This record gives sequence, structure tokens and C-alpha cells, in this order.
Amino acid sequence: MPDSKQISLVRMQAGQSGKVVEIQGGHGMVNRLSALGIRPGKRITKVGSMLMRGPVTIQVDRAQVAIGFGMASRIIVEMG
Amino acid sequence: MACHRVGNRKNKSSGIKKVLLVGNPNVGKSVLFSRLTGVKVIASNYPGTTVSYTHGAMKLGEGEVEVIDVPGTYTLEPTCEAEQIALNMLEDGDLVINVVNATNLERNLYLTLQLLERDIPVIVALNMWDDTKHRGIDIDLEKLRELLRVPVIPTVAVTGQGIKELVESIPQATSPHLPAQSHDERWAVIGRITDQVQRITHRHHTWAEHLEDASVKPLTGGLIAMVVLAAAFWVVRFIGEGLIGYVLDPFFNEVWAPLLLRLSSLLGGSGFLHEIIVGRLTNGEINFVESFGLLSSGLYVPLAMVLPYIISFYLVLGLLEDVGYLPRLGVLVDTVMHRFGLHGYAIIPGLLGFGCNVPAILATRILESRRERFIAATLISIAVPCAALQAMIFGLVGARGGQYVAIIYGTLFVVWVVLGFILNHTVRGFSPELLIEIPPYRLPPWRAVLQKLWMRSYGFLREAVPIILVAILVINILYFWGVFEVITNFTAPVVTSLLGLPKEAVTALVIGFLRKDVALGMLAPLGLTSGQLVVGSVVLAMFFPCVATFVVLIRELGVVNMLKAAGIMISVALVTGGLLNLVL
Repeated sequence: MPDSKQISLVRMQAGQSGKVVEIQGGHGMVNRLSALGIRPGKRITKVGSMLMRGPVTIQVDRAQVAIGFGMASRIIVEMG
Repeated sequence: MACHRVGNRKNKSSGIKKVLLVGNPNVGKSVLFSRLTGVKVIASNYPGTTVSYTHGAMKLGEGEVEVIDVPGTYTLEPTCEAEQIALNMLEDGDLVINVVNATNLERNLYLTLQLLERDIPVIVALNMWDDTKHRGIDIDLEKLRELLRVPVIPTVAVTGQGIKELVESIPQATSPHLPAQSHDERWAVIGRITDQVQRITHRHHTWAEHLEDASVKPLTGGLIAMVVLAAAFWVVRFIGEGLIGYVLDPFFNEVWAPLLLRLSSLLGGSGFLHEIIVGRLTNGEINFVESFGLLSSGLYVPLAMVLPYIISFYLVLGLLEDVGYLPRLGVLVDTVMHRFGLHGYAIIPGLLGFGCNVPAILATRILESRRERFIAATLISIAVPCAALQAMIFGLVGARGGQYVAIIYGTLFVVWVVLGFILNHTVRGFSPELLIEIPPYRLPPWRAVLQKLWMRSYGFLREAVPIILVAILVINILYFWGVFEVITNFTAPVVTSLLGLPKEAVTALVIGFLRKDVALGMLAPLGLTSGQLVVGSVVLAMFFPCVATFVVLIRELGVVNMLKAAGIMISVALVTGGLLNLVL
């Protein structure tokens, strides 16, 4: 069985899902994300991302959320 | 229990004066508000439609209570202006109707818990209840009521289902006074609640969901955007031109003109009164664009030139808003908008600006930082012409050839890009990253689309027509007194040498402060070359905002920043106009 690996949202492929394990940001960023339902322990699916460091769109529960590239690169997801 | 006593005191419906509608963005608060109060408000399918509050009255028992539609917020710890407004309003409400999106219970309950911790009675309206069924969500209402200890009423605001029950439950509302908790504690509580009340059955993607996903991927998203925008532009032109060519022009030329000519001969065919009411005749005929009388140009400009494009533009915009496309466009253009110190969501105020700059500048409240709001408001005031001005550009400049219209739009686009780039490198502060919820695609209810179209078109008639008539009256009187002569001679050096326009064009720029559509109309009788008309249109669009926009800019930016913005507008307009004059 392959080890579960942890990567940032921007490195996930469209269609892959995983569990958020860490948000590497300050209080403000953690709060804004958690208000949108994105917090450690949450299962998310990547819908897609724009070229040239564009925003990443993910599915969390019944909602889609678009997240700027910089923020997305600091959201760490455990795959599998 | 102590808390129950407090609850009972607030319980009496007679004690309730102010009811607040509070909830996450885009859960249907505005639609519910319309249902409760009968007051029509603009509702759309994207987060942040309501950026200031609207209030109305609702019958409750014997009396009336005030209902307030609060801007959407995810949390009571505000992250932007609109959320701050929501929080401030919570201070003086007597009861909260917490509007919850039933299809996304978990996230919505966070705000609910925060509300339940405060000393205010709460009712939960579980809105979009009809959506839960086809999304495979099953919610145990009884259990949810028991856990939250407040009334929970399933509602479908767009159809009116559950509204009566909602109002009837108001007297039973109490505040359970939950103890204040930390983030993690709240999420733990929410987890326990959803585990007990919600069951989700898996189901396959619908075609709408496939389309949703395709809209935010680079290749398919780009294609969809091009198709949508091209179709939007085409439909706006098609409907606008159709209304003018088949309805309004025939009416004015065949019905109204003969009547006016009869009035003209009654008034003696000339003289001051004749000039004001009928305007100057051209070879004994009425030229609706150039005559500038109250009953000729004063009616023709707003009704036959501008209104058709107002109707067609807002029909298309309303559809895009209600389908839920605009936030996706925001995702698509995010990377580009960052070059201008904005993020993708700024595309929404930008697009609104093509209708009217006033709501567009209000809509910049959905942007998080002051820097972004300053940049967005400045760029919109300079480079986004409103529908009224665009209609006149199509009508007057379009008659000289499509390429001239293209030059105007191309110039404004270049100005947006260059100025945005400069502002991004000079305005201090920071611009946060995009973080938005993207609503699902919905088939817009026709009634709602038409009602919104009616509100916006009627709003134009009510607000613009009186100002247009006043503007024309003022123009005639000032001409009569020779006031313009003074102004034109004073400013002639700049206008003639730099912009290459006849000095009479200055009067149009001055009148542009009242109404830009009338102002462009004033250029019509001056016998300008096509190049001069292009310079005039561009300078008019950029030079200074109209009075309505001006007032909103002061309110939203403050006097100092407004002055900065105005300085930028005037200098950029002169530079651009001067360059165009050299090239054309």
C-alpha cells in the first residue's frame, strides 16, 4: 500500500481529493478559510485551476470555493 | 433558568421593532426580504449582491415591524466592509431571522452558532429547501430544532413556500444564550449536529455541474467565457437596435414629430420659449438629436436612444447574474486583474459599471482592502462608460462607422490596462488574494429576471429623465445668457490646441457633469469630423464622473481620495485626448 502523501492544493491534479491537514497561514487567513468551511480535517476535491498561478477551485461539501494561488499553495492536503 | 427569563421578555411580538435577515452570502436573504415586505430589491446569484442594507416594513400580529436585509456574512468576525456593516447592524436589532442554505448546512451553521451566543432571539429559515431533495440531502428538522433550541422553518423564498410559517413562528423566538466558544469548539459542535440531523446520499454529476466544473478550467473556461461574452454583446446590440429601429424611431418620427411641428407653429416657429420647448428647427424639420428642446431632444435622448440599451443591457446582465456565471468569470480573469492591483472578483463591479457607475462603485465594497477599492473605483470612473453614454456612442459615433466605436472602446481598454498597471505600482497598501464561494448554476426564474429588469429600467427613467430635462433647460438658459461664451473662451486654449476640438465642445464637457448622454448629444450639432467625435467621446467618458457618481465616490472613498481620483481622471483624460488628437 502506498504511503499517504501530503502536498499543497496547487500541486493536486484536477479531480483528486484529499483531506486538509494544515493551513500554513496567519490567524486572518485561517479564519477566512474556515468561515468558508475549509479547515483541517475537511475532505475536499480539486475542481481545477487557472494557468499562470491562477486561482484554484475546490469542492468542499456542497459548495465550490475559488482560492488565490498564494493561499492555495499554503493549504496542505493529505492525498488518498 | 436565567436565560429563559430574558428570552421571555423579548418573546412578546409587541416588543419587536426591528427584524434582521442575517445569513451567509447568496443564501437568498434578498428574495426572502421581498417576500416578507413586498419591497422589491435587486437579488442575484452571486455572493455580495447586497452591500448596503435595505429596509422595509412587514405586518406582524396587529402592528408592523421593520425588516432589514443585512449584507451576507460568513462570520461575525468581519473580513470586509460589507461584513462590517452586517456586524454593526446586529447591535440594534430585536430579532434575527437567520437565513441558512439548507444544501450547505455545515458551513452555514457556523454563523448560526455565533448568533445563538448573542443576546438576541433567533429563528432559522432553512432556505432552498426544495434543492435538498434533488441534491440527495435529508435533514431531520425535529432533531435540528431540538439541538439548536430555536424555531427552524424550511423555506423556499423564490416560490414563497414556508414564509407564512416563518412569520407565525416569530413570537416563539428566543435566544438560547449559548456560551461563547472558540472556533474549534464551534466546529466540533457543528460536526455533532450535522452527524445527527443530516444524511447525504451520493449521486452523479448533473449536466449543470459538469458545466460548472468546465467554467473554471483554463481551456474550457476560456472558451465558455468567449462564447458568453460574445453572445451577451450580440444580444445587447440586437435588442437595443431592434427596439430603436422598430419601435421608438417610428414612434418619434411618425407620431411625435408632426405633433411637435404643430406646437412649433403655435409658438410662432422661433423665440426663447420655442427654443426651450421645441428647440431649434433644422430646415423647418425637427432633428431630434440636435434641436435640444425639452419636448424634442429632452424626450428623444432618454427614451429613444438610451432606454433601449438600458433595457437590453440589464436584461443580459440580469440573466448572467442570476445564472451564477459572474463569479466564474472572476476566477478566469483573476491572474490578469492582479496586474492592476485587483483580484478577479473586481470584474463584477466592473461589469455593473457598463450599466451605471453608481451601483458599480457601491459594489466595490465586496473587495476587501481600501487600496483595491480605490483602484477599482478610479478605474471604473475613468474607463467604464455607463449604458447611457454607450448608447449615445453607438447612436452618434456608430453612424460614422463601426471602426470609430471600436477606437473608443479600444482606447478605454488600453487606459484601463495602463492606468491599472500604474496604480498597482504606486498606490500603497496591499491587495488580498481571491477567496470566493462560487454559486451553483441555476435556471433563473423568468419572473425574477423581468422584475429586476423593470426595477432597473424604471430606476433609470425616474432618476435620469428629470436630470436630462433639467440639463436641457439649463443649457438653453445658459446659452441665452451667454454664460457658455465666458467658459469657452476661458478654456479654449486647452480644448482647441490640446484636444483639437472646437471651443464650443467645452460646454459639452461641463454638461457632462450633469448627464453624459446629453453632453455627447451636444457634440452632434457642432459639425465635428469623425476623429474629433472620437476624441470628444473618449474625453467625455474619462474626464470627470457625472454628479451621481461623484457623490457616491465622495461617500465611498472620502474627500481626500476622491480628490486624488479626480486629479487622475482629469490628467489621464487630457493626456489620452491629446494623444488621440495627434494620431487621428
